[in-house]
Amino acid sequence: MTGQRFKQISFDGLLRNNPTFRLVLGTCPTLALSTAAFNGIGMGLAVTFILICSNVLISLLRKAIPNAVRIPAFVIIIATFVTIVRMVLDKFIPSLYESMGVYLPLIVVNCIILGRAESFASKNKVLDSAMDGLFTGLGFTCALTLLGIIREVLGSGAIFGYQLWDFRIGFFSSSAGAFFVYGVCIALFNHIYSKAENKLRSKNFAARIMQKPDIGDPQSELAEQAEAEDAVSAQTPAEDAANAAVHDNGGKA
Amino acid sequence: MGTFFTIIVMAVLVNNFVVVQFLGICPFLGVSKKTSSALGMGVAVTLVMTITCLITYPLYEYILVPLGLEYLEIIVFIFVIAALVQMIERAIRKFSPPLYRAMGIYLPLITTNCAVLGVAELVIDKAQMMSLLGITSMNVGVAVLYGLFAGVGFTVSIVIMSGLREKIDRLKLPKALKGFPITMIAACFMAMGFYVFNMIG
Repeated sequence: MTGQRFKQISFDGLLRNNPTFRLVLGTCPTLALSTAAFNGIGMGLAVTFILICSNVLISLLRKAIPNAVRIPAFVIIIATFVTIVRMVLDKFIPSLYESMGVYLPLIVVNCIILGRAESFASKNKVLDSAMDGLFTGLGFTCALTLLGIIREVLGSGAIFGYQLWDFRIGFFSSSAGAFFVYGVCIALFNHIYSKAENKLRSKNFAARIMQKPDIGDPQSELAEQAEAEDAVSAQTPAEDAANAAVHDNGGKA
Repeated sequence: MGTFFTIIVMAVLVNNFVVVQFLGICPFLGVSKKTSSALGMGVAVTLVMTITCLITYPLYEYILVPLGLEYLEIIVFIFVIAALVQMIERAIRKFSPPLYRAMGIYLPLITTNCAVLGVAELVIDKAQMMSLLGITSMNVGVAVLYGLFAGVGFTVSIVIMSGLREKIDRLKLPKALKGFPITMIAACFMAMGFYVFNMIG
C-alpha cells in the first residue's frame, strides 16, 4: 500500500466520508449512546473492532461469496463478530455492557458496517479494507466522543465521569437534546467542510482531493450531496443513500 | 385489561420507539419525505415487528434457553427476520397485489432496520421490559402486543415527522442546515412533545 493510498483512505474515513457527520449513518447508537463521553468511546471502539474484523474477512472471501447471497453472508459474518464482542464485554467490562444495553446486539444492523462491507471490502484488497475499517471506525468513534463530551458537559456538568461544576441543563441529557446536538453538529461540520473545500479548490489542490479511483466517482462535493438527497427522495433509507453516494449500486435489496 | 392499556400507553407514547428509544432512526430520516410513503413504511414495519415477536420470543424462551444456546440469539434472530421478511413479501405479492404495490417496496429494506431486531432483543430482556412497561411476568401475548404497539408508536412518529418535513421543505434555509440537520432539529421538538408523556408513567 502506497503512502498516497493510505493518506486517501484515512482522509476518507475520518473526514471526507465521516460516517456520522457526512453520511449520517448508524444514527441509532449515535443518538442513544452520546449521553456520556465514555459510552461514546466504548460504542465507537466496539464498532471499530467489528468493522476491521468484518472488512478483513469479507475482503478475504470476496471472490468466494456469490453475488446473489452476498448481503446475507455479510450479515452473518458481522453477527458473528458482534456475538464475540458482546461476550467479551459482558465478561470484562460489565458496566459498559450494561450502559450499551440493546444497542450492542444492534451493531449487526448498523448501516456503517454493512455499508463499508458492500461498498469497500467486497471490492478491495485485505490490507486496504483493514485500513478502511480502522479509519471509518475511528471517524465514528471521534464523532461519538465529541457528541458525548458536548452532552455530558452541558447536560450533567461532567466530563468522562469527572464532575466539573454543579451547573447542568437537563435538556442536553434528554432524548430531545440528542437530536438537537447531533443536528447542530452536522450543520456545523457541513459548513466548515464546505468552507475548507472552497479554500482548497481555490488553491488548486482540488485535483488531489478529488482523485478517488477506488470509490469510482470523482465528483464534486455538491454533486455527491445532491446524489445523496436524490437517493433519499427515491424512498430508500439513509444506508442506501450512502451506498448510492459512494458508488452507484442502488439495487442491493 | 389493565396490562393491555399499560402496554398501549407505554409503548406508543411514553417510551416511543423512535424519539425516546432511538430505534429505527434510519427509516425515520430516510422515508419521511412524504406522508403516504411514511405511512406505508410504518404499516410494513408494524406488521414485521408483530410477527417477529410472535416467532422470536417462543424460539428464545422454549428452544434456545433450554438448550443453553442463548449466545446464538443475535445470529438466530437476524436469520429469522430476514427469512420472515422474504416470506411476508412473497405472501403479500401473491394474495394482495394492491397492498403489495402500496408497501411492497419497503419490505426488503426492513431486514436491516434496527427497530425489528431491537424489538426482538427487548422482549427477551426481562429487566428492559420491566423498565419499559412495568411488567414483571412476560409471556408470548405480552411480547406480541408490545411488538404491535411499538410498531404503532413507530408509525405515529414517522407520520408526524413526514408532515413536519413537507412543511420544512418549503422553507428558505441556510445551505448548511438543509437536509439532515434541520430534520434532526425538528425531531428534537417532537421528542420534547413526547417527553411530556413521561408524566403519565
